[in-house]
Amino acid sequence: MTIEIPQSFWLYFTFFTLLLIDGLWCMLATRNLVRILIGLEILMKSVTFFLIAAGYLSGRMALAQALVITVIVIEVVVVVVVAGVILGFFRKHDSLDVGNTRSMKG
Amino acid sequence: MIWMTLLLVVLVLAALWASMTTALLRAALGLALTSALLAVVMFSMGATLAAVMELSVCAGLISVVLVSVTSLTERRPLKEALANRRSRLRRYWPLPFVLIAVGVALSFVHAPVEIALRVPAGDGDVRTVLWSLRQLDLFGQILILLAGVFGVLVLFRKEATHDD
Amino acid sequence: MSHLLLLVPFLAVVFLNLLPKRARGAALWVSFGVLGLEAAAAFVERFSSIDSSAFAWLESVFGFRLAADHLSGLAMLCAGLVGMVALLVARRTLKDAGEKFFFANLVLVALVGINGIAMVRDFFSLYVFVEVTAIATFILITANRNAASRNAASRSAASRGNEVFEGAWKYIILSVIASVLMLTSIGFFLLSAGDVTFDAVKSTLGAPGSLTWVALALFLCGLFVKGGLVPFHGWLADAYTAAPAPVSVFMAGIVTKASGIFALLRIVSSTMGSALPGREILLVVGALTIVVGAFLALGQSNMKRMLAYSSVSQMGYIVLALGGDLRLGILAAGLHFFNHAISKSQLFANAAAIEEQLGTLNMDEMGGLGARMPVTAGTTAVATLSIAGLPPLAGFWSKLLIVLALWNAKEYGFAVVAILASLVTLAYFLSLQRRVFFGKTHPKWTHVHEAAPGLLVPVVALALITIALGIGFPFVLRVLLGGGA
Repeated sequence: MTIEIPQSFWLYFTFFTLLLIDGLWCMLATRNLVRILIGLEILMKSVTFFLIAAGYLSGRMALAQALVITVIVIEVVVVVVVAGVILGFFRKHDSLDVGNTRSMKG
Repeated sequence: MIWMTLLLVVLVLAALWASMTTALLRAALGLALTSALLAVVMFSMGATLAAVMELSVCAGLISVVLVSVTSLTERRPLKEALANRRSRLRRYWPLPFVLIAVGVALSFVHAPVEIALRVPAGDGDVRTVLWSLRQLDLFGQILILLAGVFGVLVLFRKEATHDD
Repeated sequence: MSHLLLLVPFLAVVFLNLLPKRARGAALWVSFGVLGLEAAAAFVERFSSIDSSAFAWLESVFGFRLAADHLSGLAMLCAGLVGMVALLVARRTLKDAGEKFFFANLVLVALVGINGIAMVRDFFSLYVFVEVTAIATFILITANRNAASRNAASRSAASRGNEVFEGAWKYIILSVIASVLMLTSIGFFLLSAGDVTFDAVKSTLGAPGSLTWVALALFLCGLFVKGGLVPFHGWLADAYTAAPAPVSVFMAGIVTKASGIFALLRIVSSTMGSALPGREILLVVGALTIVVGAFLALGQSNMKRMLAYSSVSQMGYIVLALGGDLRLGILAAGLHFFNHAISKSQLFANAAAIEEQLGTLNMDEMGGLGARMPVTAGTTAVATLSIAGLPPLAGFWSKLLIVLALWNAKEYGFAVVAILASLVTLAYFLSLQRRVFFGKTHPKWTHVHEAAPGLLVPVVALALITIALGIGFPFVLRVLLGGGA
């Protein structure tokens, strides 16, 4: 059984897209490693939101929540590991500028 | 409906602030705020367990991690920071306008989207779904946590043998 | 039985970490044993029938929804073989006991991830295990930053450390972008199909414009990023080159293939079938990847970088095969998957041997190593010629099957592209051979000698497999087709 819910879907999708653009812009318009990490996090938030919205719209909240819980765990581990790498980089170079490393070409 | 829209607008504003604000510490706090608002949104949609998890883990733990990283890497001298502030405004100022433009554009789209709706008998409790249907994902979570532990061990042990 | 494939490596990790400090030196060998079991498990026929009373209790405790079939067996065999080679290389190239320990552990974690990818029947679980593999691999890349700097003789330690960071950074950033793509598509699956299992999605696939197709395309894009296909190949060369030698072997041999390409194979065979829009995406992406990868490989001076771009190009072949006639295409793709796994990991192991002896991977500084390192030279020749598709080596058969699969599906243009690209492949590999092994020995390298037996055993074994499979292929084919591919 399918029902068209034009209004609600596009509402949630719009905000998902806005968050997505915000996250991507944040990641791309900066050279600061920590800010890239923050942008990454905003991206994950946008996707988390979309999953919940999808669950809400299709009535499968339990499944969506189960998925989101797993995604949050993955998100945390990624942030911790990336933060660790950033710290290691900082200790070596005393800077958070990713431009310092564009040494590889080709 | 109107409350939800307002809530979502505030959510996007928080995320916008998090990406545009100059100080990293404020950005980390902005991210925490965004997570908290997202938790509220999730709660109002009925996703209580996920909302709690989002609030405690993302707004809590991740913010702690980010704030620690930010404070551990605070080294920029003042002159450089001011110069960076100007160039950063140049790079970021289009963002709010782009967001408004996209938001407005998308609000005019009304194409029907077919959504599969199950006969509303509800799809069970999250806990049942997680434990009986998606056990594999739980095992995956354990593995990811394990990998994360190794990551921390590996990344933070090297300083003792640092001999550059 | 399929549960064991996930539980055994996991328990091995737990076991290794409970060992007292002194016994930890055995970590590499424990890992090696598990990987050997993995490769052997691929040959155990019909897993589900093994779920006799002995293992039935496992199924009642763990409600994992897995299904192991022959396709899974392929991934497991490759993972086992490549893993064993990587461990042997690690034994030789990693100096610190702690590094070896972590390497062994992380390889086992990645192995669970790969097994998961090989056996799931669900888009979200596929995503989860892809992430497990990605995070484990990411840590492997960054694990030995300081050690790497000790090895580099002709490059400054700082620039090597930089290189490792940049490669790892690009890897993780693109990995997260891929995750975002996959999760978005899962959100769409929830909307259009109500569930995320392969069967549920397949039943709502319908017409090309439908939401399910959009979602599927997004998911495939995520996999393209993971597999390093064009235009998402930007991270691959940096990551492979930056990683320490055994990690490069492991990544090139199985990780990228499993996360991206194998997942693709699985989705195509379970969900898409020969539905048209899917085929067209695969053909175009495959062809583009082959060509771009091959031409990028031509201009490289760093040996590992050239091998990395070569890997990109070969992944394109596997994807291209899936765009052809379905049954033949899957067979061809599977065979090429296997051939590339053994040949490319062998080549990276050879590169590790050269790097250890010379301290550099810059091919322009090499020359005439053939006389000093005959076994390395010979096995490199076998692997490169196999990948280029020369008979009677194994690579020839997989290339032939790919072209046939395309021909049968009337995709003549793409078949021609595949054949022509083989010539470019041959060109850059011959260039590698010439620069590294032929000619007069550069005076700098007169003290160089052949690699240690620890490194030679795996490469010789792999080269022998390549030759044997090539010569005996008609026989193997009969067995494969008789057993049902």
